[in-house]
Amino acid sequence: MAELPPTHGPASRAAALATAYISHRHGSPGHGWVLRDVRRARREDSTVNCTAEVLYHLGNEKSAPDVQFTIEGELKNTDEADNAFYNRIQSLKKELEAENIPDSYGNVSPEMQPIRALAWAASGYVIWQNSTENTKYQLAQIKHVKQVKRTDEYLEFDYVILLHENVSQEIIPWQMTVLWHPQHGIEVTQNSCQAKHALD
Amino acid sequence: MLLFLGMAFSLGILIPGKFSLKLQYDGDQVLHIVPETLQQVQHLQHLCSTLLLDLWKPLLPEDIRAGEDLHIRVPAPLVQEVKDSLDQHTISYNIPYKQSGSHSELITSSLWTQTFIYQCERILIHDVQELVDQSTPETSSQKQIPESYSYTQYHPMEEIYTWMAQIQKNNSELVTQHYLGETVENRTIYYLQISQPSDKTKKIIWMDCGIHAREWISPAFCQWFVKEILQNYESDPKIRKFLQNIDLYILPVLNIDGYIYSWETARLWRKNRSPHMNGTCYGTDLNRNFNSSWGTLGVSYNCSSEIFCGTGPESEPETRAVVQLIERKKSDILCYLTIHSYGQYILTPYGSTTEPPSNNEELMRVAQTAAAALTEKYGTSYEVGPTSLILYSNSGSSRDWARMIGIPFSYTFELRDKGTYGFVLPADQIQPTCEETMLAVTAIIDYVDQKYFPGGATMLTSGSLGLSLCLTAVLTLIVT
Repeated sequence: MAELPPTHGPASRAAALATAYISHRHGSPGHGWVLRDVRRARREDSTVNCTAEVLYHLGNEKSAPDVQFTIEGELKNTDEADNAFYNRIQSLKKELEAENIPDSYGNVSPEMQPIRALAWAASGYVIWQNSTENTKYQLAQIKHVKQVKRTDEYLEFDYVILLHENVSQEIIPWQMTVLWHPQHGIEVTQNSCQAKHALD
Repeated sequence: MLLFLGMAFSLGILIPGKFSLKLQYDGDQVLHIVPETLQQVQHLQHLCSTLLLDLWKPLLPEDIRAGEDLHIRVPAPLVQEVKDSLDQHTISYNIPYKQSGSHSELITSSLWTQTFIYQCERILIHDVQELVDQSTPETSSQKQIPESYSYTQYHPMEEIYTWMAQIQKNNSELVTQHYLGETVENRTIYYLQISQPSDKTKKIIWMDCGIHAREWISPAFCQWFVKEILQNYESDPKIRKFLQNIDLYILPVLNIDGYIYSWETARLWRKNRSPHMNGTCYGTDLNRNFNSSWGTLGVSYNCSSEIFCGTGPESEPETRAVVQLIERKKSDILCYLTIHSYGQYILTPYGSTTEPPSNNEELMRVAQTAAAALTEKYGTSYEVGPTSLILYSNSGSSRDWARMIGIPFSYTFELRDKGTYGFVLPADQIQPTCEETMLAVTAIIDYVDQKYFPGGATMLTSGSLGLSLCLTAVLTLIVT
């Protein structure tokens, strides 16, 4: 097996995929995961080292890649932030609805930060399921989010997100229905790629 | 002969504190014009020939070109007539040596002796008396940038147009705005030339921003860069050093139509706005449209794709505008820089092949130095290398094209971030992004300057001292 230099295109695509996957497994409204360059310590230091192994199933594009990962050290506990978000949404008189997060200028209001973190984590699943060795997806923007009322204790959000695919440069609208509960984690119950002109 | 004596007199006057001769030489004016169309060029040629005006630049009427600087000395009796004629033909002009405040700047600029030589051949200052009356050269603390323009915000195109005009107006001795071409939707594309006054032919470093509409941090950086150079020109000897021999050509927004579209309609638009298929599909990716293995790799032939390479190489007017200028000046262009986002890369040629360019090692070394300088500031890490290895293959990029036609240093910058915000980088990151990127770009400029113009700054100082002493001596001889 040939060694890839860490900056090699395919390696960086695999790293992005691993991040998305880990984000899906460990993300929550309280805390999102982004790929940083681990060589540099950052000020907001909840940076942890991760090692991941990505296995693309060549010739079988329908099958999502396998990702094995190890996280070094302790993950920050986000229960407080998660619960605060949960309670806030439950106490809303009207279902939450918003668009363009971040807005054109990169702004995300404090109230929308957890909505974005949730989308980030959920999009990790979508990205993982749809990645090949020739794709590199990033969540570009939440086009639209609407809370769906439920009778049980879960929160449900219907998102239309925009994924930026770095090789084709396409912006792909993607619908995803996200279920979340502080104790039970995230589940993407439904997701589908939207037609391009669904953007305007 | 009389004229020559007259020149010599004013020579003396302009060396501060040495002489107090009075001289009547006012009334003549030097006009600075940048003709925009062929019609304007023809009119100006006609004017120069029939009124026997004194052409400073270019030297001959047949060398007058659209988009290029024109300096004409107009004798006092003809000033009004010429100005009326220009107004009639909607030709705008400015008078570089007339603006109030610029006199003291002329004297106090550390390169005034050089500027001065240029003028002295055929002297022309609007009001020498005014110059004489200014007692001590004061260090100009006057800011040359409009105070109210915010460099830490994103600006729509209208504001960028206004900014360019203001920058030229407030810094006319260093900056000129030039016509490059027009977009699909007939908007004018301008670039700014930062050039230290001198009669030397300079080499050129080119930097363009905003090839891709959604990459807003890119035009923000070009504006920041211009501001920094102008603001620090007087205090930073390194800037004055490289501007001795190198002109900077900065294009703040190439894909103007796309940029406007991303402000008004679709924030994540990338391409230009050329219509295809009877207006059912829009946009060519300008960075796949250059004639560098056009249409071969990493492109789509389908208009609905974000990497649609166009109907042919240079099919787009925006591409042609850049190509025409760079082709014309390529023997003087040492470095081509093109600014994009996101990803945090400094990319070297090529994208269209894995075969490296002949100067690959040097390109890499310089890029690595630049990236290291960048990282020093805030710890932001950049990757360096050829696009075909670091990212993916793609043909038709401007950076590849620039290298292929022989411009030795050609780089693509992909600015912050790595995907957290991507194209919608928050405005509070404009400043740190620009500051760190500035270090990388100036590292490259410094390297290029050192390579092609070796010899240190010390030579500059003693040179200009020697010059002014020499002038004084000459003057004394003539006056007595």
